[in-house]
Amino acid sequence: MADTPAHLKYTPDHEWLEIDDSIATIGVSDYAQEVLGDLVFVELPEIGNKISLGDDFAVVESVKAASEVYTPVSGEVIEINADLSDNPQLINEKPYSDGWIARIKLSDLSELKEMMTAEEYEEYLNTLEA
Amino acid sequence: MRYLPHTNADRKAMLEEIGVTHIDDLFAGVPSGHLLNKLVDLPNHQGEIEVERALSALASKNLSAADAPFFIGAGCYRHHIPATVDYIIQRSEFLTAYTPYQPEIAQGTLAYLFEFQSYVAELTGMDVANASMYDGATSLAEAALMAQRITKRQTITIAPGLHPHYEQTLKTYLSTSGADIIVADKPSSDSAAFIIQSPDFFGTPHSLQDYRKACDDTGAKLIHVFTEVLSLGLLPPPKEADIVVGEGQSIGVGLGFGGPHLGLFACKKEYTRQMPGRLCGQTTDADGKISYVLTLSTREQHIRREKATSNICTNVGLCALAFTVHMSLLGEQGMKNLALLNHQKACDLADKLEEINDVKVINTSFFNEFTVQLPIDDAEDVVNKLAEKGILAGYPLHDGKLLITATETTTENDVTALTTALREVLA
Amino acid sequence: MSDKISPLGHKGLMLEEPLLFEQSQQGRSGVDLPETTQTKLRTGQPQRTEIGLPEVSEPQVVRHFVRLSQMNYSIDGGMFPLGSCTMKHNPRLNEKVVRLDGFAQLHPLQPQSTIQGALETIHQLENWLAELCGMPAITLNPAAGAHGELTGMMSIRKALQDKGEIRKIVLVSDNAHGTNPATASTCGYKIISVPSGSDGLVDLTAFNELVDKYGSEIAAFMFTNPNTCGRFEKDIKHIADKLHSVGAYFYCDGANFNAIVGKVKLGELGVDVMQFNLHKTFSTPHGGGGPGCGPVAVSKELEKYLPVPRVRHSNGVYSLEIENADTIGRIKAFHGHFGMMVRALAYMMSHGADGLRKVAEDAVLNANYILHHLKDDFHVPYKGICMHECLLTDKGLKEDGITTLDIAKGLIEYGFHPMTVYFPLVVSGAMLIEPTETESRESLDGFIKTMKHLAKQAKSKQKEHLKEMPLSTPRRRIDEVKAARQPILRYMK
Repeated sequence: MADTPAHLKYTPDHEWLEIDDSIATIGVSDYAQEVLGDLVFVELPEIGNKISLGDDFAVVESVKAASEVYTPVSGEVIEINADLSDNPQLINEKPYSDGWIARIKLSDLSELKEMMTAEEYEEYLNTLEA
Repeated sequence: MRYLPHTNADRKAMLEEIGVTHIDDLFAGVPSGHLLNKLVDLPNHQGEIEVERALSALASKNLSAADAPFFIGAGCYRHHIPATVDYIIQRSEFLTAYTPYQPEIAQGTLAYLFEFQSYVAELTGMDVANASMYDGATSLAEAALMAQRITKRQTITIAPGLHPHYEQTLKTYLSTSGADIIVADKPSSDSAAFIIQSPDFFGTPHSLQDYRKACDDTGAKLIHVFTEVLSLGLLPPPKEADIVVGEGQSIGVGLGFGGPHLGLFACKKEYTRQMPGRLCGQTTDADGKISYVLTLSTREQHIRREKATSNICTNVGLCALAFTVHMSLLGEQGMKNLALLNHQKACDLADKLEEINDVKVINTSFFNEFTVQLPIDDAEDVVNKLAEKGILAGYPLHDGKLLITATETTTENDVTALTTALREVLA
Repeated sequence: MSDKISPLGHKGLMLEEPLLFEQSQQGRSGVDLPETTQTKLRTGQPQRTEIGLPEVSEPQVVRHFVRLSQMNYSIDGGMFPLGSCTMKHNPRLNEKVVRLDGFAQLHPLQPQSTIQGALETIHQLENWLAELCGMPAITLNPAAGAHGELTGMMSIRKALQDKGEIRKIVLVSDNAHGTNPATASTCGYKIISVPSGSDGLVDLTAFNELVDKYGSEIAAFMFTNPNTCGRFEKDIKHIADKLHSVGAYFYCDGANFNAIVGKVKLGELGVDVMQFNLHKTFSTPHGGGGPGCGPVAVSKELEKYLPVPRVRHSNGVYSLEIENADTIGRIKAFHGHFGMMVRALAYMMSHGADGLRKVAEDAVLNANYILHHLKDDFHVPYKGICMHECLLTDKGLKEDGITTLDIAKGLIEYGFHPMTVYFPLVVSGAMLIEPTETESRESLDGFIKTMKHLAKQAKSKQKEHLKEMPLSTPRRRIDEVKAARQPILRYMK
């Protein structure tokens, strides 16, 4: 059973967000890293990039697949997790802490209303596994 | 038919087992109107004797370089290929193997690709090389596309003296994006890449240092291209470049009427993930033994589909093997000696040609190929007349210029035959 | 136990072999060259002092590559049932004739009077291919199938450009080879995927809707026939007419031509462009990944856009046309992979019109024979007969933990090259099997027996053994994650 910490928000594309005022830290969920398998490379966005809801802003790669990470929010990339360049497995090992991907300064807080709570995300995962 | 194992009795029995009566029952998915009801309009099957006879007859209508004093280069060079090379590449396990997607039973192919990549990286002074491309011209086109991806710029600047086929191929590849190609001796502020061929099409080697500085000033990527890989045994490695591409046909592959040849592609480490083509990497297996495997495949079309770095699917494996075997035989000293020998032959040829009245060598520097000025305007006419005398004299250019090459295969008799015949034709 | 482990890692005929870099000793060489007397260089450059190549003798080189070769599986050694790859027997006659001096020792820029036989060879092969596909014009310049795709799509793009039409979309069937979308994307097109239906064929309703919706925005539709599910796209005429009604072109990937050579002419069914892969249908060797040759056939309308050079024939003289007003230009140096052309022509002449038709028939017969015998052991996603390849999946085994990958690795252990796995993408856990016409009935029976054994094992108590396979190969399962995370792409001291 995939881990889903209660203090985070989730999206149907299996990203998680941690909100601190107008700054969101984004990563991929434990469920997602499990499905993706051993990650071998992460293509990170550039600091200062302006991104809009739904853009592909990072790519996570396993040996046999490359998957886009779509941003669930709009804003500006203010920080990236450079450790992932050399250690992509951090996403597999600690998806909710050391495996974070980027921090975004949000430009539209209303977008957050669309996010799922941990409880809602778990239910959503149950529908996928059924 | 010798390539088909089934007898008619086999076919009948197999159809019965499947539960149909006629072979066309198995073509029932094809609408009946689409199936041909007669043979195509071509000759029927022939035995090995007849086919060999027919193809030998075609081959004998050509004048082989083996039968003529030979001085043509222009991007395709005649060199001696050790007997070992052809023996190795004809081994069943190399010749009739598939792409090494199943590494447990393809370590042979993978190991030589790893050696091939290592040799190309050493020769070019780059950090990494891929498992080969179609040829030098398509390698260059792919390098330009790669520079566009890295810099997010469009314009490609080329230094004068690029092989015309390479320039034309580049133009075709870039036509779909509408990017500009500019010929200039330095990059402009919007250049994605600056391309310099060395030795250039006319035979002159160039140093990269000044171009490196100009590229650093403008942000363009520096692409070094060569058509004669053997020159890397004598000239300094193009380590100042960001990407080095070229033709590897001189080592192990041969003339073959222009193909298949061997595209080489190498670059600095930081651009590895932007490279086109296959890459072989070293790793271990379940028992911890050193093993090789195709890697970083997520760049490629079979995974990335429309987001791949290139649509390229194959490499030229067997040509890469020929190159690897020949290069292994040469080794460090052999490669340097062979390059020096080529240069020496070219120097001797240049001296002999300059003894002919009004024939001038234009180059002040060259490797194994140079341009001569003939005292008449139509160099092509001269070349054709020499061909009638059984001499393949070089590649004619405009305004009475002739591009001419000597290699280790050039003999004194060849040179005498050329100079004697050239004197007659020019008289 | 430890006294059974060989000190060098050798096991019987399986011999370990280090890289030549690790065998190098300064002063060794595999060539004897004349002494050079040159003192003054005329290169205008400093002389290179170090390259970094190993130094070994000829016997070491021979042993090295022979040992490496023995770690490879090959079609000469065993069956290679790779779907959509057509791994058939490679006749040695092809290899013999291509090595004739009159072919091998020709320079591409020799005066045309000295290469008449080579140009005639190209011209003959063009004629053979044109007759086989029922299309009027052929270029042999492309270096491989994917290069042929690029050539074909560039020709379409140029034709539209000449009409003043800017079309931005290429439709691609969802079971297409990955090169199709990659090619269209390289040409600057946006890709829209056309789904296949429950019968494994193009979903005609969805296709019609897409054409109606995007109409004159569509440049072309790329599909493969027979497709990669092993089916003939029977609605090909309708698809062609529908595309032509909105001014779009019809591109057919000829990767699976082996199923229909001498039986169906795609040019007569409305196809505007198709490419061949000479290493598939026409037996040129795969060579562990090339070189290939990817001729392209086009309609009369598109002929003028084909790349240069083109071989022309008049008054008994062959010539090379290197420029014309409409061409897309040059797509590589010189005239294409001539060596592959000679091999393919030798193969075609050997089979002839009658033999080539038998090739398609026996290829289809063999695939159906395998399908018939395995349909009760493995899940068959599309019922009924197939063309030259049959599609199975791991449904029914996966639930017990055995996947297509395990079946593939089991086949390796039992002496076969695996089939194509996880392709086409439209079915989960695909196993695509193409035996080709050159496997005998006994060889097919052996493969069937082995597959049945694997199916039985997958459902037995010993199924965990499958996860360990292969065991007896030069290498066991390879750590691909390690290779990709910390890439080592060359030898370093």
